[in-house]
Amino acid sequence: MMDPAVLFEISALNAACASVLDNDRLEQWPDFFQEQCLYKVTTADNFAKGYQAGIIYADTRAMLIDRVAALRTANIYERQRYRHILGMPLIETATDGSIAAETSFLVVRTMREGQMDVFVVGVYRDRLRRDATGAWRYAERIVVCDSQRFDTLVAIPL
Amino acid sequence: MDQSVRDLPTGTWPAGLTRVPYWVYRDPDVARDEQARVFEGKAWHFLCLEIDVPDIGDYRTTMMGAMPVVVARAEDGEIAAFENRCAHRGALICLDDGGKGKDFHCVYHAWRYDLRGNLKSIAFRHGVNGKGGMPDDFRMEAHGPRKLRVTVESGLVFGTLSHEAPAFEEYVGPEVMVRLRRVLHKKLEVIGRFTQPLPCNWKLYMENVRDTYHASLLHMFFTTFRITRLSHGGGVMVGANGVAHASTTLAPPKGPDDTYAGMRSDNQGFQLQDPSFMTSVAEFNDDINLQILSIFPGFILQQIHNALAVRQIVPRGVDKMDLNWTYFGFADDTPELRAMRLKQANLAGPAGFVSMEDGAVGGFVQRGIAAADRDTSVMEMGGADAETSETRATEASVRGFWKAWRAHMDL
Repeated sequence: MMDPAVLFEISALNAACASVLDNDRLEQWPDFFQEQCLYKVTTADNFAKGYQAGIIYADTRAMLIDRVAALRTANIYERQRYRHILGMPLIETATDGSIAAETSFLVVRTMREGQMDVFVVGVYRDRLRRDATGAWRYAERIVVCDSQRFDTLVAIPL
Repeated sequence: MDQSVRDLPTGTWPAGLTRVPYWVYRDPDVARDEQARVFEGKAWHFLCLEIDVPDIGDYRTTMMGAMPVVVARAEDGEIAAFENRCAHRGALICLDDGGKGKDFHCVYHAWRYDLRGNLKSIAFRHGVNGKGGMPDDFRMEAHGPRKLRVTVESGLVFGTLSHEAPAFEEYVGPEVMVRLRRVLHKKLEVIGRFTQPLPCNWKLYMENVRDTYHASLLHMFFTTFRITRLSHGGGVMVGANGVAHASTTLAPPKGPDDTYAGMRSDNQGFQLQDPSFMTSVAEFNDDINLQILSIFPGFILQQIHNALAVRQIVPRGVDKMDLNWTYFGFADDTPELRAMRLKQANLAGPAGFVSMEDGAVGGFVQRGIAAADRDTSVMEMGGADAETSETRATEASVRGFWKAWRAHMDL
């Protein structure tokens, strides 16, 4: 039987992570991850076929920091924002104390001119571990998008 | 020598290759003509990878402009391709991205085709209980989807409906063929597929691919990390017919480089926290760090360090297109090389550090020219020709694209 406190903690972590993405506090986003981690954005089709590549791929927290820095200082994209709608995590505890969680998400993207679209729908396939302070952090977050189509560009992380 | 080109309300084609009228990106008649003259005309079109159909009976569906196509490995081991349209009522014959089978059945009325697209049987051809059925003189061999000429080159499958198109190698030209074979020199392995719908006419994206002038200016990531600068060695090849291009960037020279001092794209303060992903693995026995190659109308081969991909352009109406990305490595990649490809995949694709802007910039033009049907763009960088050049500070390759486009469109 899943400990309800853990379910609450993971749900709160997911909500907090989505909040920094939706509210342009991108600099805080890498803090949700372990220093050695895997963050990948891929598709359900690629995931099913075992294709390894993602449109975003980071195997260290430092790479996530670099992505935020590139978005802030290098990349050109029109002003836009996301709204993440999250489902309830489906949680399994592994014997090593880590947690596997699957959480459905829906992201609506709103562009500068007000155009709103269902941008991406999918599932976070997460593995979480506690860090030295006891806080849950993502050791792995595979963002599995239901569609293979990514309209125009993916700037803000999912 | 201004020539009047067509019954368009929007004007004539200016002389030379340095001006392109904006109506070519907006006019639905142009899009219809392109389907007939380019996508169903004398051009060669990328269909899929050879490894997508490795064994007899394997098939994959693809597009040739607006035309749906099936590619299949036939009984004799050859790759065949035909229009994905049942000869009976026009329904798609194949409904999935790919698969394996002995033959194809249209789901609508079960007309059956072999792996080459030949009509082999018709359900209830002789009716039921002696009633109904097809006329006795109905000849199956006179009906079937249109078949493509197919060529396989370096693991790529290309097709054309035209019997008059030159052989593929002649179409591409010898210089660029060397560049194609340089990258695709052994067995490929797919590592990811993504589609990027873009809010622009397909030609704006292909121009961007062939535009060696913009890369280090729009894409600050490139310039700051010295992945490519116009001051690095390299150049651009353009085939004599304008059909193919290949731009190359060599490894950076030693020492400071002030070429971009003061420009937005030169941000010396920007440092990577994890520079490991730019420690490329040498794999092509030369000093070319980056090579972008295109074949008119819609094929692109990318080598950005170890990030390899092919891209296929599919027009979706006058102001929309799909860009189909296939990321690949080689079947014999070492774990280190494969890991580097996965990391460097961050450079390209819909979320690529250096290519996300390419997804948007065509849309910026499409929106910018909404009221400019009587005006033209200006492309005089590097002169007026479409020749191979030792500098990338030129628009020669974009002019080459228009040379090929006008030849195919008879404009």
